Amino acid sequence: METTIKFYQTDTFTVGNRLLSEAERSVQAGMQRTNALNSGHRACQGCGEALGARFAVDAAMRATNNQLVACNATGCLEVFSTPYPESSWQLPWLHSLFGNAAAVATGVAAAMKVKGKQHIRVLAQGGDGGTTDIGFGCLSGMFERNDDVLYICYDNEAYMNTGVQRSSATPPAARTATTMPVGQHANGNVFGKGKSVPLIAMAHEIPYVATASVADLRDLEAKVTKAMSIHGARYIHIHVPCPLGWGADPSHTIKLARLAIESGLFPVFEAEHGEITGHRAIRAQVPVEDYLKLQKRFAHLFRNPKQVDVIAHLQAMADRNIRRFKLLEKSTPPTGGAAA
Amino acid sequence: MLKQIEGSQAVAEAIGLCRPEVICAYPITPQTHIVENLGQMVDKGQIDPCEYINVESEFAAMSVAIGASAAGARAYTATASQGLLFMAEAVYNASGLGLPIVMTIGNRSIGAPINIWNDHQDSLSMRDAGWIQLYAETNQEAVDLHIQAFRLAEELSVPVMVCVDGFILTHAYERVDIPEQAQVDAYLPPFSPRQMLDPANPVTIGAMVGPEAFIEVRYLAHYQQMQALGLIPELAEAFQQQFGRDSGGLVKPYRSADADTIVVALGSVNGTIKDVVDEMREQGVSIGSLSICTYRPFPRKAVRSALQHATRIVVVEKSLAVGIGGIVATDVQMAVAGLHKPVHTVIAGLGGRPITRDSLRKLFRKADEGHLAHLQFLDLKHELVHEEIARMEGQRHSGPSAENILRGMGTIASQIR
Ligand SMILES: Cc1ncc(C[n+]2csc(CCOP(=O)(O)OP(=O)(O)O)c2C)c(N)n1
Ligand code: SF4
Repeated sequence: METTIKFYQTDTFTVGNRLLSEAERSVQAGMQRTNALNSGHRACQGCGEALGARFAVDAAMRATNNQLVACNATGCLEVFSTPYPESSWQLPWLHSLFGNAAAVATGVAAAMKVKGKQHIRVLAQGGDGGTTDIGFGCLSGMFERNDDVLYICYDNEAYMNTGVQRSSATPPAARTATTMPVGQHANGNVFGKGKSVPLIAMAHEIPYVATASVADLRDLEAKVTKAMSIHGARYIHIHVPCPLGWGADPSHTIKLARLAIESGLFPVFEAEHGEITGHRAIRAQVPVEDYLKLQKRFAHLFRNPKQVDVIAHLQAMADRNIRRFKLLEKSTPPTGGAAA
Repeated sequence: MLKQIEGSQAVAEAIGLCRPEVICAYPITPQTHIVENLGQMVDKGQIDPCEYINVESEFAAMSVAIGASAAGARAYTATASQGLLFMAEAVYNASGLGLPIVMTIGNRSIGAPINIWNDHQDSLSMRDAGWIQLYAETNQEAVDLHIQAFRLAEELSVPVMVCVDGFILTHAYERVDIPEQAQVDAYLPPFSPRQMLDPANPVTIGAMVGPEAFIEVRYLAHYQQMQALGLIPELAEAFQQQFGRDSGGLVKPYRSADADTIVVALGSVNGTIKDVVDEMREQGVSIGSLSICTYRPFPRKAVRSALQHATRIVVVEKSLAVGIGGIVATDVQMAVAGLHKPVHTVIAGLGGRPITRDSLRKLFRKADEGHLAHLQFLDLKHELVHEEIARMEGQRHSGPSAENILRGMGTIASQIR
């Protein structure tokens, strides 16, 4: 019997990685791999944040020839990677508080400068809570001073470490421990404009801002690599599904991340000095329902009677992203593919 | 070199001589002149190399200092009052991580009601934060303590707060001997960190520690502070040899060896207290004083031995533990536990209320006659308090006390009643 191999969405490199030339592939395994974040940490099965962090930090390590220091905000990534007396980190790593990773990184960068060790580069990382909420002041200060720091936000759309409470990156209608779809929150998290830190970062006109996703590790690596080729404040916002918080199957992490992009709910783009310079096109828009249905945090929308208007509202958000970031037009990623 | 100089500028010059590598600045009165002067000194290249970072909050100031210190740079910042409380979380963090940051506090009261003037409520609210706390009596001592503070912090890998009375010292112009760079260099070696973020030797700093080791970590913090009790007198001694000046140390007794009444205090008020002691000694009153220079770790033994022959102890303090009384007095009480001496708490000078010689004289005389209450508030305007208490008890919606008192005094809005 003849087997047909379907190259579904080669553009995302999820299947297509091995079809690329050697130089362009994501390195997912291999003895030479830098492996900044060792295996054996205590993240949940299928954790998007662990995957995103491993690829992002590894890419930064490669880009800097291992001359890298990481500062971490409190949150899942910090907790699952450093339970005393174990540490998963293979690079100098510092955790101070929930809300100060950006400022701590500023301090590290200042020390490197004053010591004449500017070849040692600085990475700050935190969850969406540590970034969009409590650490927002420090982040904005770091941007405004244009400190030589790459800040990476791992956006799993809630405070996962404290048991899945809402953050300002939680999408409308989502169920969290503090936005249960009962009473005044009949539809889960309230509808609002949401807080887009990538757009706010752009308003600071810093040299580089990008969004990325674990659905497209090649693109993620390319963006981190590009970010490390630039000095000054840089920001990358990575979408990382959380099986535990979203009520999703651990084997669906990448699928969910991809559906978030393909529906238009999570726009993938790049910006330099406040101007959008590239976006990752979606091939054919999928209805947001396909994405929502796979997650228990949206289950209340599909109970009898189905919350058609709420789903339509979310669809409208996705459609707006598609128009705003021109997601159905051909990709213009300066870093995608072979660039960078 | 002897200079007629503002306290803040003297402190800034002392900091400059210590060769800080990262300075974080966020303004708050009465600390502002310190960081402003440092900014100018960095701009003029008088401190070089040095990164001077204008941050967006005190929380960021301490956080930047944490990052810089962990990366091996000598880090400094200064704050006061609301600023210190705003950075509180990071203050604890700096000591928990064992980072030898030095910070000046231009002591100021904490609102509400908002008040920019001097008292010690701010630094005392951080007394358990794991920082060493030194209190300067004069601007000369403020200068000298900063130089000792860096050495102390770096030898123990523990952060140090140098507390300088706001306005009374920070804004006072007086003669101060600013040391020479070579002298300071000879006293304070370059920073050699106990731990450092270095790609050549990666370390994880700030890991999550559970019940299996947390208490041990805290014990070690306590142990380090206890080490400081031994090291501080040694460093003060070495300072005297290097600079020819007696500055710092744990406690400073004054005419107290044979005194019946000993007055205990922190910071600049000791100057006034000593004047009154001298005056009363001339009149034959058996009185002396004890200035506590190192408040954390609390030098319990030194305090006890300085107080052991007194018949009564009067603690004059610029802070209030609401609902109990004095903060410093509690420490003093513990130091003399078992000696059966009355310890009187005098809450004085809150929010910058002047502590006059006249008031102290009356107070000490009362003490000498054995009539001093256990707890009292120096120069409290009883009529204002009684009026407000009556109002609060009489009217359910009596409004904010501070505003009522001011209105009562005819100071504000007396016409809008
Ligand atoms: C000042 C302060 N407030 C609250 C907390 C408790 N806390 C720790 S982690 C966390 C949530 C982290 O959420 P996020 O930043 O989104 O990261 P995630 O765990 O989802 O990766 C909270 C609220 C804290 N550590 N410090
Ligand atoms: S709760 Fe979510 S983010 Fe945290 S470790 Fe588990 S999967 Fe990862």
